[in-house]
Amino acid sequence: MIAVGGALGAAARYGLAAIWPTPEGGFPWAIFAVNVSGCLLIGFLMALQPPTLARLFLGTGVLGGYTTFSAYALDFQRLISAARVDLALLYLFGTLVAALLAVQTGDLVARAVFAR
Amino acid sequence: MTLLLVLAGAALGAPARFLVDRAIQAWRGTAFPWGTFTVNVTGSFLLGLIAASAMATSKPLIALFGTGFCGAFTTYSTFAYQTLLLARHGSRSRALLNALGSVAAGLAAVYLGLLVARVLG
Repeated sequence: MIAVGGALGAAARYGLAAIWPTPEGGFPWAIFAVNVSGCLLIGFLMALQPPTLARLFLGTGVLGGYTTFSAYALDFQRLISAARVDLALLYLFGTLVAALLAVQTGDLVARAVFAR
Repeated sequence: MTLLLVLAGAALGAPARFLVDRAIQAWRGTAFPWGTFTVNVTGSFLLGLIAASAMATSKPLIALFGTGFCGAFTTYSTFAYQTLLLARHGSRSRALLNALGSVAAGLAAVYLGLLVARVLG
């Protein structure tokens, strides 16, 4: 189940990256959007206190496979080697801050909507 | 075809993350998310290794091992969620340590992977 969820999430990430390619030395918008939206969704999901199977399929599987830490780290290295230190740092800390705000926003929205 | 390779890699990477995370958490047994930290750092090392190896010139291999396996083995969503939990239930300093420590270690790992691939290749 985690395998199926992870494959679905990764396919969505792959699809978004394919239609939104990053030019050499450009800001990696696709992976940024994937990671931030995935964090928004996991904040929302976990606030609903889903049953274990739903948590494993949607959280560990789909959202875990959708978001990625390795591509984020490699994107930073590529920007540095393309001598775009400014963009690299903006991407590094921009993703981190946006992701943390997104997970908190997802959590708050779920709690507000479902009044838990 | 490429999509199928991404699916196959991720179908292995996501359960591998679950198993490694569970094993590390069972071993360490602390509130600090060492399991997610470990998968993110080792996955970043592997992707660095792949990116600087001969595999990098092969689109199918990058799709299978890079986009698929490493992409699904590592996670940003669980990392961010666990950081939120630390801030909420633990302490803000632990949350900050997890956030900045994971990013610093992940970057060091990607560079180490590139270095190892260049030395070996």
